[in-house]
Amino acid sequence: MSMTTSSPYVARDTLTVRVELIRQLRRRRTLVAFGLAVALPLIVVAAVKLGPQSRGFGDGDLDLVGLATAGPWNFTLTMLLFSSGFLLTIIAAMFLGDTVASEASWSTLRYLLAAPVPRRRFLRAKMIVGLLLTAMTLVILVAVAFLIALLVFGSAPLTSPLGGAFDVSTSWQRLGIVTAYIGIQLLIPGGIAFLMSVLTDVPLGAVGAAVVIVIVLNILDAIDALGDLRRLLPTDYGNAWSGALGQQIAWDDMAIGASYALVTFAVLAGVAILRFDRKDILS
Amino acid sequence: MRVIAGGVACLALMIGWAGVPQPALADVQPVSMMLDGGPISATDPAPVQIDADVYIPEATPAPAILLAHGFGGSKEGTAEEAQTLAEAGFVVLAYTARGFGESTGSISMNSPDFEVADASALVDYLGSLASVSIESPGDPIVGVGGGSYGGALALLLAGYDERIDAVVADITWNDLETSLFAQSALDGVQPGVLKSLWTSLFFSSGLGLTPGAPVSECGRFTEQWCNAYVEAVTRGQVTPESAALMAASSPRSITDRITAPVLLTAGQSDSLFPLAQANANAEQIVNAPVKVVWHAGGHDGGIAETDRLRALSLAWFDQHLSSGPAVGDDFEISLVEASALSDRDPGTVEVLSAPTYPGLFGDATTEMAVAAPTQQVLAPAGGAPAAITSLPGAGGLASLAGDLLAVPLPGQTAGFFTEPLEQSMRIVGSSRARITVSSDRSMDDAVLFASLRVVGANGRQSLPQGLVAPIRIRDLGTEPVTLDVILPAVVTEVAAGDRLALVIATTDQGFRMPLGPAVYTIAAEGPVLLPTLEGSTATAGTPPWAWPIGAVVIVALVWLIVALLRPRDPGRDARPDLSQVPLATQDLAKEFKGGFRAVDGVTFQVPPGIVLGLLGPNGAGKTTTMRMAMGLIRPTSGDTWIFGEHVRPGAPVLARVGSFIEGPGFLPHLTGRQNLDLFWRASGRAQGDPHLDEVLEISGLGSAIDRRVRTYSQGMRQRLGIAQAMLGLPDLLVLDEPTNGLDPPQIREMRQVMHDYAASGKTVIVSSHLLSEVEQTCSHVVVMNHGHLIYSGTVVDLLAGRSGLSLEAVFLELVGDGHRVDQ
Repeated sequence: MSMTTSSPYVARDTLTVRVELIRQLRRRRTLVAFGLAVALPLIVVAAVKLGPQSRGFGDGDLDLVGLATAGPWNFTLTMLLFSSGFLLTIIAAMFLGDTVASEASWSTLRYLLAAPVPRRRFLRAKMIVGLLLTAMTLVILVAVAFLIALLVFGSAPLTSPLGGAFDVSTSWQRLGIVTAYIGIQLLIPGGIAFLMSVLTDVPLGAVGAAVVIVIVLNILDAIDALGDLRRLLPTDYGNAWSGALGQQIAWDDMAIGASYALVTFAVLAGVAILRFDRKDILS
Repeated sequence: MRVIAGGVACLALMIGWAGVPQPALADVQPVSMMLDGGPISATDPAPVQIDADVYIPEATPAPAILLAHGFGGSKEGTAEEAQTLAEAGFVVLAYTARGFGESTGSISMNSPDFEVADASALVDYLGSLASVSIESPGDPIVGVGGGSYGGALALLLAGYDERIDAVVADITWNDLETSLFAQSALDGVQPGVLKSLWTSLFFSSGLGLTPGAPVSECGRFTEQWCNAYVEAVTRGQVTPESAALMAASSPRSITDRITAPVLLTAGQSDSLFPLAQANANAEQIVNAPVKVVWHAGGHDGGIAETDRLRALSLAWFDQHLSSGPAVGDDFEISLVEASALSDRDPGTVEVLSAPTYPGLFGDATTEMAVAAPTQQVLAPAGGAPAAITSLPGAGGLASLAGDLLAVPLPGQTAGFFTEPLEQSMRIVGSSRARITVSSDRSMDDAVLFASLRVVGANGRQSLPQGLVAPIRIRDLGTEPVTLDVILPAVVTEVAAGDRLALVIATTDQGFRMPLGPAVYTIAAEGPVLLPTLEGSTATAGTPPWAWPIGAVVIVALVWLIVALLRPRDPGRDARPDLSQVPLATQDLAKEFKGGFRAVDGVTFQVPPGIVLGLLGPNGAGKTTTMRMAMGLIRPTSGDTWIFGEHVRPGAPVLARVGSFIEGPGFLPHLTGRQNLDLFWRASGRAQGDPHLDEVLEISGLGSAIDRRVRTYSQGMRQRLGIAQAMLGLPDLLVLDEPTNGLDPPQIREMRQVMHDYAASGKTVIVSSHLLSEVEQTCSHVVVMNHGHLIYSGTVVDLLAGRSGLSLEAVFLELVGDGHRVDQ
């Protein structure tokens, strides 16, 4: 056995985003999330085309769902409406909630930190990859929904539920704004889950706690008696992207919602970093 | 704690940023009393007894406000507003009108001789109070406010009583006859079409019917009003007596006498007293300042803007009674923005402002041509089935009306459509159209309902605010009659690409319709005139771009806080004198939550080039010591150095240490080889040689190295874990129970590996419960018990003087009774 001296250590080469992405991509839950994003639009299209009342859905309604089959942009926005409330929330909570906790449960956390991966660098890679996977799921959902609707419903540009229709470039612009806004809103469940992931060593606990918190926020948001107090809930702005569907884009609520989500994530992630800095790794 | 406090501070900042509601002021408690009103009737001069609540503010004397309630209500309905006004410093008198609640007398629909006289008597009372400011003796500084029935009272009182100094009138009438018998044809016959549903609801709410109480035809109405009602609903007629009664109870009769400033607020969602009634009041009040507001509420529901309207009326009273800051006399219009996501959602309100009130027809008119094919429509016998537009009293259900209308009744509706709009348009007010109508029979009364609808790109129609314009044509025959129709005043935004439709229907269930059937031939003459208005957003709140900027500032602040709170390692310098010592500890201690001291004052040094055994019973603190040496646990006190470098979490010197602590850890979904590869690439040493072949040989996994770790046995994982620790052949190897799960040949092999490793000048620290193993492998030992260091030195020295004793016996002697070696 030949013996040489230890290899040179470079802190900024530890746990790069690329390596972390490879570590996460082949996980079953990653593939399941991507699969759901592919399957949901296909299932909805199949239901619309093959269901017993295959005239479309939401007939007689003057809202987004009622116009879902008007064209690919309308359909994609409807898919986003369907999935933004719960599916994407859970996926964001999953991708950011088991970042640290799953490493703890596999016992890999102590080996990475003793390698040593500096703790903040570890969280950085975890956070970036968690956000990246969430964004990838969102993009896959949008792309699949658009393509299947293009095949099935034709290529008519966006019809606004508030009246009027847009040209193609405006349709793209509006779809882009809505997708970006929904992505930013996912920072809220993501941020909660990320903090939880640092606080607990149980991955399901972190994801579950984040989802429960978001559900409780949504329930509070549904209680009319709370009145304007609900404006203080970060989840109150979840559907503010509908402001992008009018002839003029109503930025007000979207600006508040996006800002609120950013700040919420920054604060939660900040607390997570400070907590992880000082955490005794006992897993 | 510092971390939590920081988080709480950030959250507080965030919540404060979103705006915290102001706490309510202390309540002002009212005093209830019965006050004398006007005469009971024309024949009985005794005063009626008016049930009133008087609110006295903290500071007096103060200006007074008289609050009148809506039809069917009582003083309780205005209590909340009275409270608010009293807290703002006004003496408030909220009272129940005669014929309602505890007040005596009969309902006379705001007759000048009775209800208005009552209110004047209440002003007399206010003038007698020391707590009310006065202009001259008997003339208090007093405003009057109310909605609907109370709003008409407010206007009438201001017309009859010169002492009134400010008026706020919400959703009320100008002319009771044209309100209840609507006629939308310009210069059309009067009376118009009876709003039978509304009139009946209105009347029945004044009957005061309660379960178990005796029923009566007229309830608490006066006989004259009861007769007028029965006449109207049974025969659809207005007798001269009824007309006189309604005229006397209409602000129209005295609007030119009003000199007090009037705040006129009207609801867009109001098929009972539509915007046109408020418009008539605004145009007729020529001797006083008037501010007009078209809000999103009304008798049909719509969106209640209670808070905004209360604030506005408070400001109005404040300006005109207490010389408060001036309220702009601009025209305020609420623009309801529907929800794109659900048409069950009432939508949101944006308030627009125009410098002057333009009246019903906007400040500009757009002409739009309509396709004008002549169409025939049927007025069905019996007036049924009838279209449903608004649902009186249904409140929130009113938004449903637009949906119901999506399907116009076939054969009963004529539609005249414009071309799609080239650009979006904001309609504010009444559109006008000219139509010609003829009947298939001679000389009969005809009733039609005109409306302006928005037709979406997909052909679906919506009816703004659910309003229709009823038209009555007397003695319509086969000869065509041309009519100018004034459509309902609405506020709506029509998107580019949508079309407008002038729709004429023969039925509407809210109205009294002729029973005889007829077929009408209808044609549109000329364009539709659409009122538009340049408005600016009145409530200039925070501009949208300010939010992201604020967010970025806060995110930067959080970033800064997090950067500043990076854990420091102050005064813990490297120890060059220890640079050849693989591991040294000094007074190392760790106290966990709850005060348990797992490690207490441990000091030892590990010389290079040896295999050192770390021994101790369960709970001796071995693993905690190892974790502290690896920077995984922060010591409560004391220090650790590796090759002279102070250890803290993530210290670069840890790269010279390979570790295997408390079992292996791998990604179960990857193969052994992938795990080793990714671990090496994650460890920041990728530029060096991992010595993978040698390490794999030591692991002895063979071809299993390319199987998923999920499929491994405990022993295979153990060996892969040791292989991972040896990746790159680190200068110090820390192995915790490395032989767990290995079979005897493998154990012997492992012993050889450690021996060879040390022979090359590197150092191995191994903890094991197999003392014979340790005796054969290690030249040095560190013995711990209860967190304390018991022995540190060579095995030879430990056994010296204890001739014949094995390491095990010496160990048991050292740790005392009641302890067993780790099992």
